[in-house]
Amino acid sequence: MERIPILRMGEFLLVTIQVDMHDQMALQLQDDLTTAISRFGSKGVLIDISSLEMVDSFIGRMISDISGMGRILDAATVLVGMRPAVAITLVELGLSLPGIATALNVERGMALLRRNV
Amino acid sequence: MSAGFGEVPLKSERDIVLARQLVRRLTQELGFSLVDQTKMVTAASELARNAYVYGGGGAMRCQLRDENGRTGLTLVFSDEGPGIENVEMAMTDGWSSGTGLGMGLSGTRRLVNQFEIDSRPGAGTRVTITRWK
Repeated sequence: MERIPILRMGEFLLVTIQVDMHDQMALQLQDDLTTAISRFGSKGVLIDISSLEMVDSFIGRMISDISGMGRILDAATVLVGMRPAVAITLVELGLSLPGIATALNVERGMALLRRNV
Repeated sequence: MSAGFGEVPLKSERDIVLARQLVRRLTQELGFSLVDQTKMVTAASELARNAYVYGGGGAMRCQLRDENGRTGLTLVFSDEGPGIENVEMAMTDGWSSGTGLGMGLSGTRRLVNQFEIDSRPGAGTRVTITRWK
């Protein structure tokens, strides 16, 4: 099955979602990420969604879950690169992703992670 | 006036992806703004998943609309699943049948201009949405 690659950068993990994920792929990513956090003792996860043209409630839940699971495993999650049209739609849909750290781009997201660790 | 634009099956998770790609293409062709495209695609994704997950599979029908000089897109999602017992309750924020974030139907309604739902226990569910340019 297709998988979203997870890059290890020192104590952080970097995920760039570049495909229109079907649901199983999103669940697989959740699994792979939690496994990687625990295996590498990662302190932070950066998820780049700048290529995503849409975030629906399923993907929104996946992001919330990854953030929650990461927190329990002592890793901070930062979501970066959300497109403005996606942000507008997501909030109107009723999802404001409470409790999830966000940054405008990868650079700022990495800076945020470094400050938090 | 409205023109039909075929029907796509919603029988697998991949069909949900294909459905939103088709809606993206149609809204682009109709000249929707980027925000309006995104809202319609997201609404389609929510309803396609409902039809697949809760309705046991179904179909999405697309209609290009041209009425009184305005253009729009109507999507009809139908399934032959168990139906919804209490449609009114299912339309409230926070209602969830278990999975998801409980924003499915009520949230989707906010993304479109017109929203109609027709469902009875045992008779499946049909949701019709329209967004005007």
